[in-house]
Amino acid sequence: MKGELTKKKVKRIKVDLDKCNGCRACELVCSAFHAKPRYSSINPARSRIRVVTDEINDEYVPIRSTDYTKAACDGRRVYTIKGKEYSECSFCGTVCPTRDLFKDPDSGLPLKCDLCEDDPPQKEPLCVQACSLNALTYEEMEEEVEEEKKLSEMELGLKSLVDRYGVEKLKDSLARISKKHSCRD
Amino acid sequence: MRYAEAGYSLEVDLSRGNIERVETDPKWTELYLGGQGIAAKILWDRVPPYVDPFSPENLLIFSAGLLHGTPVPGANRTAVNTFSPQTNFLAHSLMGGFFGPELKHAGYDRIVISGKAPDLVYLWINNDKVEIRDATHLRGKGVHETTRLIREELREPNAQVAAIGLAGENRVYSASIEHGFASAARGPGPVMGDKRLKAIAVRGTKEINIAHPAELFDVCIKLRKKIAESDDVGDWMAVDEDDSFHHDNFAWGNARTRLKNYWNEELQERWTRWKYDNMDRQKGCYNCSKKCINIINYKGKRFGYKCYGKDTYHMATFKELDFSYEILPLAMEYGVDSYSTPQIIAFAIELYEAGILTDADLPGFPADSGERAFYLLEKIVRREGIGDKLANGVYWAARQIGRGAEAFDHNTTKKFEQLPIKLGKLNPPYFLMIATGEKMAITQIEGSFPQDPIPDLEEREAFIKKWSVVVPDEKFLRWFREWEKRNEISNEASCAITDWNEAMHYLDDSLGLCGFLSSFRGQFGGGVVYHINNLPQIITLASGIEFDKDKLWKVFQRNRNLVRALNVRRGMRRADEKPPKDHWAVRDHEFEQKLLDDYYEFKGWTKDGIPTKETLDQLDLGFVSEEFIKQGILSGDESASSRAEKVGGC
Repeated sequence: MKGELTKKKVKRIKVDLDKCNGCRACELVCSAFHAKPRYSSINPARSRIRVVTDEINDEYVPIRSTDYTKAACDGRRVYTIKGKEYSECSFCGTVCPTRDLFKDPDSGLPLKCDLCEDDPPQKEPLCVQACSLNALTYEEMEEEVEEEKKLSEMELGLKSLVDRYGVEKLKDSLARISKKHSCRD
Repeated sequence: MRYAEAGYSLEVDLSRGNIERVETDPKWTELYLGGQGIAAKILWDRVPPYVDPFSPENLLIFSAGLLHGTPVPGANRTAVNTFSPQTNFLAHSLMGGFFGPELKHAGYDRIVISGKAPDLVYLWINNDKVEIRDATHLRGKGVHETTRLIREELREPNAQVAAIGLAGENRVYSASIEHGFASAARGPGPVMGDKRLKAIAVRGTKEINIAHPAELFDVCIKLRKKIAESDDVGDWMAVDEDDSFHHDNFAWGNARTRLKNYWNEELQERWTRWKYDNMDRQKGCYNCSKKCINIINYKGKRFGYKCYGKDTYHMATFKELDFSYEILPLAMEYGVDSYSTPQIIAFAIELYEAGILTDADLPGFPADSGERAFYLLEKIVRREGIGDKLANGVYWAARQIGRGAEAFDHNTTKKFEQLPIKLGKLNPPYFLMIATGEKMAITQIEGSFPQDPIPDLEEREAFIKKWSVVVPDEKFLRWFREWEKRNEISNEASCAITDWNEAMHYLDDSLGLCGFLSSFRGQFGGGVVYHINNLPQIITLASGIEFDKDKLWKVFQRNRNLVRALNVRRGMRRADEKPPKDHWAVRDHEFEQKLLDDYYEFKGWTKDGIPTKETLDQLDLGFVSEEFIKQGILSGDESASSRAEKVGGC
């Protein structure tokens, strides 16, 4: 299915791997920004950006979470760059069943980078602001893109629950919970 | 709710296999902050003075600092404390990297390890799930290989690992604990080996809560920017290729020979090429944009170094930088401290040349100094032949070898190898720091007040302008302004300078902050980002505990006196407080002893260097004075020489 083509402001974060010193400040500030209330707690495991790190291989790759998928991939492609081997997973931001990345540590629900959408808008996403070494840089540009319907974080969470437990089970649980809830009211 | 800290200690008894999560007293945070401060309190309460360092009763404590896991940049140094088999005193040891913050996120402020495992094990901490696991398959493995294997078998690439190598397993006194490219030296390595604990792996996915989140976050954004932009913090030696400072001023070999005009342009050009041709990256620690660690990939082996750590092996053997590149990867895999170990090697070479060690002790000893270093390293980490004695450090090896070897032990204080510095005229604050410091290495004691006067007056004023923000009191500016000759400075100034230098290290080591942003760095450039004037606010915002300058200074004094008390209880006295005889060529015994008297008085200590009852009591250390009186260490009516000390006061 094709969406309609529209002009749109496209935001992106560029990554320069050579500039990363592996400090993970990006993870820290991301988790703080998305904490509720904002900044009230710190937890890199809840961050929407992670620095894939292997010191022994001198590998430091900041990746941002992109889309959720229920499908696993074998992740067997290996790339050698300047003599260092990288797994394709090192560059992949997909929230997938193959690994624990970008899932809330308590609920297991997917975490998605929203480029720190805010009102009024932040001048740059927080991870970019925190990266003093400019391994992360932010750009905005006009581009013709296909209109796509973005899922909200809640819808995304529901979708993953459907994938895990099936529609019927989820419906049942929802019905049960709503009932309990209305009883209490 | 606890802010900034987790509020729990992880207690692990390796003899019984018992693991407990124990809530800590929030009052301790206010009194000692965390890190080494609380570790000292635990050691005081639980390790009686008669306990041998190699006894199951000795504790090995890995502590996160109070600020680890908060947004405060550069809070990442983990303190490792125990009693050292080499000195019999408190082992002061720190490592950078990621371990402490990860531990905090797992829900613990520290790990307190007691007992001794029946065979080699490792500890796996995954939030609330903690296991003691078999590590016999890791026996003899290098630290990086161990790290890789543990991550693979746990299927947890994000686990932070601290491990010992062969040296630690064999209880070599100069064994280090290695974590990534950071290293905890000066004592805990052999104790970890004695407890048969090969490694600790930790993974944490819990929250750290902040008392005043938005305000602290705002402060930290500014600090992070300042850290990134300033040349006055971080390790300038990572980028300054002119290393004439160490090579022309420090002593080579067994801390013996100065090569005053060693450095030259051609050499610098060649060494710079070696470095950049083989360098992968300059790396940082958790939440810090500085790039202090050079990651070198030399002949297919990757290793990291910072600061003076790249010089020690080639200076001990009269070689060049490429020799350090040859030996460092191996020394790192074995897990040995790169400050003490090269001195032990140079000491052995000297003994051989003097005929004290012979071919019978060193069968097949090579002729080349570099090959000799490799030979001796193998002997030491395996405790093989003469290596069994050398593995006990220069002080003990000299006595165990005998035959006049004692005379070659000329660079230890409190049985610990000092930096190889041999100078002309005495620098009085340095006399006090080396004599009375209990962190054992001068780099862990010095740092806020410059080592020398700045001769150019304009430069001096420019320094003072930046530095005036960080000094605890105006008088330091005055003293520095008036200082002309290194050896001419009043005793009053020397006492207060030593005190301030110590203060910042004691605070850093309990907060978990890095000395390159704070305690060690003010002497070079003046503009550090953490100091006594801004730390109270930062701690208050993070922890919710109100601090001001005076209250924080009192925490330093409390932690300082508690560390001293730990060592006094184990027998340390004035007689131990002696810098190496040849540290300075020109010595004046009477002057030095008067200076020491003045310093003890300034600190509120007796003539024997023991904190008086009054000093202890006013620092809420009544439990120490009580025990000192009970044990006869104090009578209780020692002259109250201490004055009520305010910030940086005297």
